[in-house]
Amino acid sequence: MALSDKDRIFTNLYGTQPWNLSAARMRGDWDGTREYLAKGRDWLIEEVKNSGLRGRGGAGFPTGMKWSFMPKKSDGRPSYLVVNADESEPGTCKDRDIIRHDPHKLIEGCLIAGFAMGATAGYIYIRGEYYNESVVLEAAIAEAYEAGLVGKNACGSGYDFDLYVHRGAGAYICGEETALIESLEGKKGMPRLKPPFPAAVGLYGLPTTVNNVETIAVVPTILRRGPGWFSSFGRERNAGTKVFCISGHVNKPCNVEAEMSIPLRELIDRYAGGVRGGWDNLLAVIPGGSSVPLLPKHICDDVLMDFDALREHKSGLGTAGVIVMDKSTDVVRAIARLAHFYKHESCGQCTPCREGTGWMKRVMDRMVRGDAEIEEIDILEQVTRQVEGHTICALGDAAAWPIQGLIRHFRPEMERRIRERHATSTPLAAE
Amino acid sequence: MAKVTVDGIEVEVPNGASVLQACEAAGKEVPRFCYHERLSVAGNCRMCLVEVEKAPKPVASCAYPVMDGMKVFTDTPVVRNARRGVMEFLLINHPLDCPICDQGGECDLQDQAMAYGRDLSRYDEGKRAVKDKYVGPLIKTVMNRCIHCTRCVRFAAEVAGVPEMGATGRGESMEIGTYVEKALSSELSGNLIDICPVGALTSRPYAFVSRPWELRKTESVDVLDAVGAAIRVDVRGGEVLRIMPRVHDDVNEEWLGDRGRFSFDGLKRNRLDRPWVRRDGKLQPASWAEALGAIARALPGKRLGAIAGDTMDAESMFALKGLMAALGSQNLDCRQDGAKLDASRPDYYLFNTGIAGIEQADAIVIIGSNPRVEAPVLNARIRKRWMTGALRVGVVGPVADLTYPTQAVAMGEAGAFLDGAKNPMVILGRGALAREDGAAVLAAAWDLAKQAGGLREDWHGFNLLHQFGGQVAALDLGFLPGEGGLDMAGMLAGGVDALWLLGADGFDASRIAPGTFVIYQGHHGEAAAARADVILPGATYTEKDGTYVNTEGRVQRGRMAVTPPGEAREDWKIIRAASQMLGVTLPYDSLEALRAEMAAAHPVFARLDQGPLPGCTDDAGPVATGALGMAPFQLPIQNYWQVDPITRASPTMAECAATYLQPKPLLAAE
Amino acid sequence: MSAQGPGGGFHATHAVGKAEAAQPTEFAFDAASEAEIEKIIARYPAGKQASAVIPLLYIVQRQMGRVTGSAWVPRVAMDVIAQRLSMPPMRVYEVATFYLMFNTKPIGRYHLQVCGTTPCMLRGSDDVLAACKSAGGLKGYGDTSADGLFTLTEVECLGACVNAPILQVDDDYYEDLDYDSTVRLIEALKRGERPPHGSAIGRQTSAPEGGPMVLTGSED
Repeated sequence: MALSDKDRIFTNLYGTQPWNLSAARMRGDWDGTREYLAKGRDWLIEEVKNSGLRGRGGAGFPTGMKWSFMPKKSDGRPSYLVVNADESEPGTCKDRDIIRHDPHKLIEGCLIAGFAMGATAGYIYIRGEYYNESVVLEAAIAEAYEAGLVGKNACGSGYDFDLYVHRGAGAYICGEETALIESLEGKKGMPRLKPPFPAAVGLYGLPTTVNNVETIAVVPTILRRGPGWFSSFGRERNAGTKVFCISGHVNKPCNVEAEMSIPLRELIDRYAGGVRGGWDNLLAVIPGGSSVPLLPKHICDDVLMDFDALREHKSGLGTAGVIVMDKSTDVVRAIARLAHFYKHESCGQCTPCREGTGWMKRVMDRMVRGDAEIEEIDILEQVTRQVEGHTICALGDAAAWPIQGLIRHFRPEMERRIRERHATSTPLAAE
Repeated sequence: MAKVTVDGIEVEVPNGASVLQACEAAGKEVPRFCYHERLSVAGNCRMCLVEVEKAPKPVASCAYPVMDGMKVFTDTPVVRNARRGVMEFLLINHPLDCPICDQGGECDLQDQAMAYGRDLSRYDEGKRAVKDKYVGPLIKTVMNRCIHCTRCVRFAAEVAGVPEMGATGRGESMEIGTYVEKALSSELSGNLIDICPVGALTSRPYAFVSRPWELRKTESVDVLDAVGAAIRVDVRGGEVLRIMPRVHDDVNEEWLGDRGRFSFDGLKRNRLDRPWVRRDGKLQPASWAEALGAIARALPGKRLGAIAGDTMDAESMFALKGLMAALGSQNLDCRQDGAKLDASRPDYYLFNTGIAGIEQADAIVIIGSNPRVEAPVLNARIRKRWMTGALRVGVVGPVADLTYPTQAVAMGEAGAFLDGAKNPMVILGRGALAREDGAAVLAAAWDLAKQAGGLREDWHGFNLLHQFGGQVAALDLGFLPGEGGLDMAGMLAGGVDALWLLGADGFDASRIAPGTFVIYQGHHGEAAAARADVILPGATYTEKDGTYVNTEGRVQRGRMAVTPPGEAREDWKIIRAASQMLGVTLPYDSLEALRAEMAAAHPVFARLDQGPLPGCTDDAGPVATGALGMAPFQLPIQNYWQVDPITRASPTMAECAATYLQPKPLLAAE
Repeated sequence: MSAQGPGGGFHATHAVGKAEAAQPTEFAFDAASEAEIEKIIARYPAGKQASAVIPLLYIVQRQMGRVTGSAWVPRVAMDVIAQRLSMPPMRVYEVATFYLMFNTKPIGRYHLQVCGTTPCMLRGSDDVLAACKSAGGLKGYGDTSADGLFTLTEVECLGACVNAPILQVDDDYYEDLDYDSTVRLIEALKRGERPPHGSAIGRQTSAPEGGPMVLTGSED
């Protein structure tokens, strides 16, 4: 059974209503916030844990547990909530809608999360390209200050919580939480070595938790409707509703909030008007943003959209950015373009990523033309393995996995191009 | 302490140590490029990956903290594959120019490629081409070779304290440099060459000069400032081709100032390589016999005096003092700058806290000194301490940019500034004593340390910072006016008939009274040599075995790396030969015998490489003669690069001076 | 495999080290910028003002656009920022060259930023690029048109993938474009108009074409 509108958290996802405070209140935001805070930090964290909420930014770490890593008792030093609104994963544009159409869900979530982890202030790090979105968000925060919902004695709770917007400036890597912290400190967005983790040494060296926009924005509704309501959607360990972004070769690309564990085919057919030219015209789907390996049609036929099901197929839910490719797609070029993306976005700090992304990109560019030798497919595969697991942050893995997925599922196509080019080129020209 | 097992070997390392340190403790070598034990951890090269039990991926051992019970594996298929992968990545964009690279033969990348490299490249694409950068007159850059380890960036920001290097751009296009193409404003810039693990930053003066395996390496000590840095003099064919620092944790760690590293081209220019004797008013070439004969004829019956220079070895000063005594003269001095030193107790003229001791200080007052130019390596130690956040520094006198924040304090406020410090230090520049009220300054500085609680049995907070490597030995030897003897001013003003200048080139030679018979013994022909009646060609510090005492009183041995040029000779031998001609033969004919004699007369010289004695057992200060004046302090050294005959003869130092001392260009002109 | 790689020769990195001839010799914040700076620095704890480096670079770029018609960050302005925030100039240079939204060289009046990443590519970003080139008089990425109106840049995923393909003009996203609508947009810009941003085909933001299928208010 499909998710009904009454169970949708983001009821203004498409911006059919105003984003402002009064409209947000009509949608139920900021209702009884003070009472939830009055129940205390432990209760809040317990509720979030019980809801089964896992981080919506890609890694899927249990949110309640992440909050519980923050110091139980302040040693007098400040600590911070940082919201990751650096939405840059190709195929992903859900946080943008939350920020521009439902910003008060995010702001209320920030207050609750900040309170639950004992943070003294919050920073929302929004990607620089979302200029218009940041304008809305700043205005919404100003409304919240004006109404006493954040700031000194937020919501009359006795808790002081300042919330600021900080714009990035064009660097995918700043979506990595420690790179984001570096960037927020005024440095290049180069990921930090872990340990220490941000909960111990984060922003300005102080305890910090970094959460994705969607993760934070669903929290107020979870409290209002109860963790049991939230966890009633999706399979075990894959709880809740989720905003999916369906792009590429579908008839009607869109964002939609649906239940977790929805079959991929149903998601595309029900909400995105189906694959262009019909389901049988499907070639492959990248199910969770560019960083996860693609799935060929036969897997797409019945795979469920959740963390565990996609992992079983050596892919992942990631950010739930579903990139659909029909049979007209030059799949090698589609992945080569991602290789270009990762080369472009590698921060350059550590060797395997800095050098490996460039290598992979150049080989992939040749693979598009078939301008390679068959053995080079294996070399390329080995290069992805040399990058994977050897870098400071996950960008190296993210750059490796799409190519691994391509080779896993479309090696015959790659070989075909190479053979074709060899056949049509004179030996001299092939040199 | 944490128990860690590395490849089955159990070791105990301190909590908070890195896995890499545990591996080293277990005797397991871990390859690394970005890691450097004296810099912050970057963890970016990924060469030091090891396996840790239960960790899902190989970990960068340089950055991973140990935990009790941890099991580490440094030689597994996973580790070897990881390192081979990293090595391949480092090499794909690294040029194959080892045959023309000056790092060749002492290149970390080359060495590790032997262990982890492939014999054939699988990378078939174009290689990265990076424009070379300008970072100053001493460093040659070949940025195609850069592996982005950021050691240079961290060295500049952390050790040198000039955060002018960085990595601009990003990803594959990231480039190391200063962005604005300026010379790195540091006296320690040469250390970038040693820090760089590849051939991206190499020595400009040494470019294409030699290969490391062609060099004969002599361990010695730098005398061009009073730190006494441990150095290695590399020689081929009788020529010094380069000077590099050696590790000495208590002195220079592994750093060397640019003056000590790069001024060696001054060793072969403007040299005195044969004796000269003035005949008919003109200096003319002579043989040793003629020169010594001229001295033997001139000296008897005369009122004699001797002045020692600032970079002389103890042996030659001891010999000259002995000769003067044998000839009945008490007229000795080693204070060309006229500093009002008190040599009645060693701790009145030493850097008693010790250089390494700076790391225990929590407040410092610097009086009349700019340690950045007088002793850059020592200044880096102060900065190192400041970096820990546990040090405040006040400056009495001109305030320069010392690479760490300082507060200007008046002499009268210095006590308040040190108030509450557990381990206060007073650093008195030797230059602050070279003035009329120098003795009062000395007494006041001592008193400041005393009042601040810095003179205790477990802490000696009074420090005199000398400027050259020969100055302390001269004081230890008592190369000073004896009973009724004349000081330098008295000697110059006509108090003597004959004056023996032993490498004394640091004063205005026109002050020597007309008619004085002048013997100049030294290695460079400067003003004092021009004034001489007899010139005895001596040896530089690289051309003789000699003993030097650094500002903290550490007795160290310099070693002969090359023979003196032409007919020049080791200085003590010249004096010994003269003594024979004068009929007062000194009682030793070997260096060993001289040293034994010297140690017997001055036991301090038997204590090789010992740091200062800990603490102060008697806080009675030097006697103040006269009152403290009102004149502001002047810094003695304005031009770091050209301070003595060697550095003044060095074209490299001249280029540095021209680069760094010119007025700051406008931004647009950069 | 051939000894001489198919890629051939060398690939040069960005020439970030070279100060351009066009670099002005001085920069000062104007009153409007100063007012913004004051607000921005207040967001960060005392002593952590380096956090404001990205915001200040934006302010410089915006002021340059306002005053000169070319929104870029001159070198000297980076020095001014360094001084204002008490940080070494090198650290500002690093930031300014790391984040690609800062133009370290002058650009045209309108900055045409074509997203070429896979989701946009799948939906026709090649056509958007072609339209920019032909209508804007541009040779390719990195080019500025002869009339100084346009600079063309390829950007990576703009995060509006369900409205692909996207062309970002300065701060605004123009979505659901094709060749013709891109040409119309550029022609309008040439006339000095700023057409409303958003979907070129009249979609309600990220809802499916033809109107939302959920959240229609028809349920319950």
